[in-house]
Amino acid sequence: MPEVTPEPTAPPAAPEDVLTAPLVVEFPFTRSLGPVRGAFLTGLRERTVLGIRATDGRVVVPPTEYDPETGEELSTLVEVAPTGTVTTWAWNPTPRRGQPLATPFAWVLVRLDGADTALLHALDAPGPDAVRTGMRVRVRWAADRTGAITDLACFVPDDAPAPETAEPAPHHGAFDDPVTGITVPARLDYTYAPGRAQTRYLRALGDRRTLGERCPVCRKVYVPPRGACPTCGVATAEQVEVGPRGTVTTFCIVNIKARNLDIEVPYVYAHIALDGAGLPLHARIGGIPYDQVRMGLRVEPVWRDGSRYPDHYRPTGEPDADYDSYKELI
Amino acid sequence: MSKEPVAVVGIGQTAHVAARRDVSLAGLVREAARRALDDAALDWRDIDAVVIGKAPDFFEGVMMPELFLADALGAVGKPLLRVHTAGSVGGSTALVAAKLVAARVHRTVLTLAFEKQSESNAMWGLSLPIPFQQPLLAGAGGFFAPHVRAYLRRSKAPDHIGSLVAYKDRRNALKNPYAHLHEVDLTLEKVRSSPMLWDPIRYSETCPSSDGACAMVLTDTAGAARSPHPPAWLHGGAMRSEPTLFAGKDFVSPRAGRDCAADVYRQSGITDPRREIDAVEMYVPFSWYEPMWLENLGFAAEGEGWRLTESGATALDGDLPVNPSGGVLSTNPIGASGMLRFAEAALQVRGRAGEHQIDGARRALGHAYGGGAQFFSMWLVGADRPE
Repeated sequence: MPEVTPEPTAPPAAPEDVLTAPLVVEFPFTRSLGPVRGAFLTGLRERTVLGIRATDGRVVVPPTEYDPETGEELSTLVEVAPTGTVTTWAWNPTPRRGQPLATPFAWVLVRLDGADTALLHALDAPGPDAVRTGMRVRVRWAADRTGAITDLACFVPDDAPAPETAEPAPHHGAFDDPVTGITVPARLDYTYAPGRAQTRYLRALGDRRTLGERCPVCRKVYVPPRGACPTCGVATAEQVEVGPRGTVTTFCIVNIKARNLDIEVPYVYAHIALDGAGLPLHARIGGIPYDQVRMGLRVEPVWRDGSRYPDHYRPTGEPDADYDSYKELI
Repeated sequence: MSKEPVAVVGIGQTAHVAARRDVSLAGLVREAARRALDDAALDWRDIDAVVIGKAPDFFEGVMMPELFLADALGAVGKPLLRVHTAGSVGGSTALVAAKLVAARVHRTVLTLAFEKQSESNAMWGLSLPIPFQQPLLAGAGGFFAPHVRAYLRRSKAPDHIGSLVAYKDRRNALKNPYAHLHEVDLTLEKVRSSPMLWDPIRYSETCPSSDGACAMVLTDTAGAARSPHPPAWLHGGAMRSEPTLFAGKDFVSPRAGRDCAADVYRQSGITDPRREIDAVEMYVPFSWYEPMWLENLGFAAEGEGWRLTESGATALDGDLPVNPSGGVLSTNPIGASGMLRFAEAALQVRGRAGEHQIDGARRALGHAYGGGAQFFSMWLVGADRPE
């Protein structure tokens, strides 16, 4: 078998003048397991591998709640052996974060003795030459087991011969302290590029200028610009500086702290139509008691060193704008 | 060739709660699907195709969950497809399923929508920290509250209308055994004095976060003839989309919503929705959206929706009951919420809504929207087969 060592794929390079930044999306999702998968994972904690008897008599491992062909609800759990046969495999030369083993290993499908379907897992082997379809393997249990697929640390080669027959034993599926739910941390790593139009906008913000782009058809000015008008479907090329002053077109008073936001409540979160802009942007209002903010209030940005965006907007002292002048900009 | 009439002959939903820890995701959808089949007196083998929907994958962190639900939904060997249009998805999913029957591609289709929100955090899922962008500074209701204030300014509605809607819908939910919130002791005064979270939106005027699923069996004329219970007939259905943000966007009364409703009425032969429609299930995640959508959907003139609410017309015993089921304000598994609106409309015209049945309901509207007022889907169902 020719050995192929794929390099991790790099994202396509953005043009030099376009900003990029890493974006990590990460969350510990929870899973409620239901009766069948709950029994399976609790079994792994107790070094017991459970399968389920399908309508046609086959034993499915890992067990499914519903018949893979007829969709009928299944409930007859059986215990299969911790030994089995590799039905196919693929060598993984460069394990990544979160994979079962940190050293190169084989992804294997293993049909455990007593099962009729194969389980996907990792095989700890010195190299691809040590792996073949049909080889015998056995489970290596994790030392600390919590009721998760990782309780089955991996498979290892097994020298013992295959059993003559492997009739699975009935199992009640009941354990003390059953596992009913698990936490599954997930993480996605992206490289984010906002594009050329937004890069121009962001660079101008560095000079405390707000740059929009005008649609050549409807003449509306988009802030932030997106490089195209979403209504007319044409490119926007003409750059237009808007603001810095603007009008509060609508707002709400926030009385509960949002997650990850270090702002004392209550505060005002407002839609602000900067002078010359075709739609409002959203920002916080300061420099005025929260209960005196009103639609039509004229405001200007307050910058703080080291911040990309204005920290907040404050009243300019001008007379309020007339409703008719901003009612299309809410 | 004319379109095949489409009938709703089976409806099933789970009990909706904050967290269904007793079932897996597969078990949750199975429960709703089985109940829909039972209602139609059908079995898995009677279904020709399955169309499912849910909101963004981040809401459970299961990427493309349709890939592992084929066995739970009896879809092995059949077409299984997924629809996604954010919060309106439950409605869009039903409409995609209905078109398969109307086009005579399939005779009997199972359609289902779900969300198991307890597996993630919807607010997190909707506010990923995009580099270079200013974060939304206001939390879940902060996106909606400024639009409500804009409505108040435009309509000059008195500020107690939102509380009237919340109280009405939560009282209606007491008659719906499947609803998530059953606030037996709630009074109008308690709603009015509940904390102002995102002024002008109060705590009791916001929707909950639920786990739940809803399923329907849609079939053709021959299938309807075999139904043990009266079917609901599809008279009109439409979807419309528009960008979330654009110059000229009207968040108070989005054009996509108006156009979608007009299309549904045209298909259904409705010229006066206020008089010709007997019950409405509309997507009201925050109470003020009832008067806003009453205007957007053509039940009231611009600026007059709140008067309908205030008059009691939208109450269970009014002449245009809105959300007799308790609505999104009482039950909100986001991906399923739109289909629940569609299904509850169908239950009304089938006379099978139980304690929250509107006497003599012959035509009902189901409405869903989502994605920052970006997607709209609606259907009008009737007790009579369309001509």
